[in-house]
Amino acid sequence: MMSTGRFAPALAAFAVALPMLAVLVAVIQGASGADAELWAHLREYVLARVAWNTVLLVVGVVLIALALGTALAWLTAACEFPGRAFFSWALLLPMAMPAYVLAFVAVATLDYAGAVPVALRAWFGDGLWLPPIRSTGGVILVLALAAYPYVYLMARGAFLTHGARALEAAQSLGLGPWAGLFRVAVPLARPWLAGGAALVAMETLADFGAVSVFNYDTFTTAIYKSWFGLFSIETALGLALLLMLLVAAALGVERLARGRARYSASDSGARAASRLELPGARGWLACAAAAAVFAAGFLLPLIVIARWAWDVAPLDFDARYGSYVLRTLALAGMAAAACLALALVLGYATRVSQGRVTQAAARIATLGYAVPGAVLAVGVVGALGAVDGWWRGLAGGEGLWLQGTVLALLLGYVARFLAVAHGPVQGGFARIRPSLEEAARGLGLNAREVVTRLHLPLLGAGIGSALLLVFVDVMKEMPITLMTRPFGWDTLAVRVFEMTAEGEWERAALPALVIVLAGLLPVVLLTWRMERAARAA
Amino acid sequence: MKSSVYQALGLVATLGLTLVGAPEAIAAGDPLVVYTARKYQLVDQLFQEYGRERGIEVKFVTDDGAPLIARLTAEGANSPADLLITVDAGDLWRATQAGLLQPVKSPMLEAAIPAHLRDPQGHWFGLAVRARTIAYSTARVKPADLSTYAALGDARWKGRLCLRSGKHAYNQSLVAMMIGDLGEQETERVVRSWIANLAAEPFSSDTLMLKAVAAGQCDVAITNSYYLGRLQAEDPSFPVQIFWADQGGRGTHVNISGGGVTTHAKNRAEAIRFLEWLASPGIQQRFAAVNYEFPANAGVEPLPTVVAWGKFQPNLVNVGTIGRTQPAAVKLMDRAGWR
Repeated sequence: MMSTGRFAPALAAFAVALPMLAVLVAVIQGASGADAELWAHLREYVLARVAWNTVLLVVGVVLIALALGTALAWLTAACEFPGRAFFSWALLLPMAMPAYVLAFVAVATLDYAGAVPVALRAWFGDGLWLPPIRSTGGVILVLALAAYPYVYLMARGAFLTHGARALEAAQSLGLGPWAGLFRVAVPLARPWLAGGAALVAMETLADFGAVSVFNYDTFTTAIYKSWFGLFSIETALGLALLLMLLVAAALGVERLARGRARYSASDSGARAASRLELPGARGWLACAAAAAVFAAGFLLPLIVIARWAWDVAPLDFDARYGSYVLRTLALAGMAAAACLALALVLGYATRVSQGRVTQAAARIATLGYAVPGAVLAVGVVGALGAVDGWWRGLAGGEGLWLQGTVLALLLGYVARFLAVAHGPVQGGFARIRPSLEEAARGLGLNAREVVTRLHLPLLGAGIGSALLLVFVDVMKEMPITLMTRPFGWDTLAVRVFEMTAEGEWERAALPALVIVLAGLLPVVLLTWRMERAARAA
Repeated sequence: MKSSVYQALGLVATLGLTLVGAPEAIAAGDPLVVYTARKYQLVDQLFQEYGRERGIEVKFVTDDGAPLIARLTAEGANSPADLLITVDAGDLWRATQAGLLQPVKSPMLEAAIPAHLRDPQGHWFGLAVRARTIAYSTARVKPADLSTYAALGDARWKGRLCLRSGKHAYNQSLVAMMIGDLGEQETERVVRSWIANLAAEPFSSDTLMLKAVAAGQCDVAITNSYYLGRLQAEDPSFPVQIFWADQGGRGTHVNISGGGVTTHAKNRAEAIRFLEWLASPGIQQRFAAVNYEFPANAGVEPLPTVVAWGKFQPNLVNVGTIGRTQPAAVKLMDRAGWR
């Protein structure tokens, strides 16, 4: 068993990284044709500005998402206030709201010609000044509202396990709840907060839909412009490669900064947290804060799109929606299952082997989340096209073999979303004390039994989070679905795209609404289970 | 918790395999396969109608033009696509450059589609015409004050002009056409004068921009006429109207939604027949009408809403030149700061 210890994990990790590696090869191959003259143009007029914009956006979104996610997770996990039970799951719901939908609702209702400023000017006169929503602040706020649930979910998991002890420790030191949060709970939860922040940062880097609605130029919009406008897919791929290098470097720095510190829980099982009662006005203040975030990130936009959907439903709602919903759920479910399985393999491999090769494979495998979906899709079809060509050369015949199948679509999803499953699974592994494994081995369990009887049961919450995150992300995904789907595999997100591409945003409200409603199901299911598991422990 | 998670996973996997393994229904004749950037709601009915008429299946996928071109490129000779339909002449030019479209000789198409709306070698044919022109507030602008695109850079429009994002193909093709007409230097001067006149940051969509004109944030804008057609159909009193730009000069800028037969088409004859069917008078009317566009077939009348904007002289330069100059246009817009 020990003899396989060195190579098996590295091999397994590389197998998991294979889809992303194939994509990477296709991207590098494409980027090698980049046009030197275009590069010079981009360097002179474009790169500095979009780099600054991108940094501003990512830093802003990550900071706000971290603040919202951590504070709200602490409130619902470690404190008691009116409405806590409701908000503990409701605050996850903005996750089901695609960022591009939130962005459009914000711009359509809050920009100069939107209903809110029009009404305000009618009351207070035309001279009324309102902060422009189409601004850096506006786009940061919208993306942070869409992304904070990643942090919330990861932080909540950490606080539910550490929360009680952190609180006890804080109280024994004579610290209040907020001091307890900052001086004990946050430092203890650092890997999970960092994991959530990394997901938020990558999601923000890759976002195209929301920043386009705001016409806010980022690295991603520059990639699109090189491709769509300058007709140079090669230059676009080159830019994407640069972006990936920067992300890999940033993640590496974060890992170095964290060093070899171990963060496993001091008691592995979650103990029912004795929550801190927030009395009177402070309790209601907590309730108001949670309600404000819930309203801005979910309830109000939901009401707006429901209103639009109501107007267009007679034009658009028919039997096809049954097929859209089924296919959307089927793809999301399959992708979630595939990503989870691979994330478990990867998590296990990186746990048993700290070797450089294994770690490098893990980093490559999870890089896809930071790349704009459309670029990744180009890599995916490039790789699939190569495989198809190779297969036809070998087996003869004509037509596509892999491309245009559901399997091709799933490979694309795995390349893009493995990081989303990897984060929570990795966080779950980190919480398991190595001494537990040693004890289990001491009791005579073999490696397989350690996995099935120790790891998997203890990974429960991480597994749930991973499934949920991938499921919801795939439901909202557009570019890979568009570019690699087989005939007839139109999903709800495809429908949204078809409407918005012709500027008919209000008509896109119907499929968007169905995405949100269908996304509620797994969110509610998961939080209910997490709640129950925490209570039972 | 655990066992039910695995049960769910198993269920999903089974469902997935069933769906993957389901064999495709095989129609009587060879199916016609279309990659289209013209979206579902604008093409589905006509596509199905043609399929019924011919007793074949018309299969299609939608996406933007550039990704469809990338998909065709990656699939190469194995591609199932017979026809590529885009909503921008630049994309058709690009696909032709990449060797993805084949020349087609069709007397019917050559007679039905004016020469400036199709490729001289027959790689692609315009099917619907979209005009990009000036929209103005009926409350605050007299049409007599309007004349050319370039004149929107005059001092009188300071703080009164709205534009859509420079990242959008429709603006890039307008600037590409202007480069052909005015030269690069003069075009850059004009674009800079527009940017200096902006009343607000460029918008992400024509519709939002037209609503801003109606609400009073700006007085004039450059738009594709069909966006206004939709808004006027919803609200006949919408206080924005169309002005045909450059009528004394080279004419209003037009772009096309059009299609071409792919190089590796498996069903070439059917693809050509389908293009001819789409270009025929009865179908042309409906193809354009669903989106308030102008039929490419000059003998066909557009919708009454569209007719009410009056006749206009289009710029007759071949729309394919848009593609050739578009990269130069995008770089020019970067230099001029058109976000």
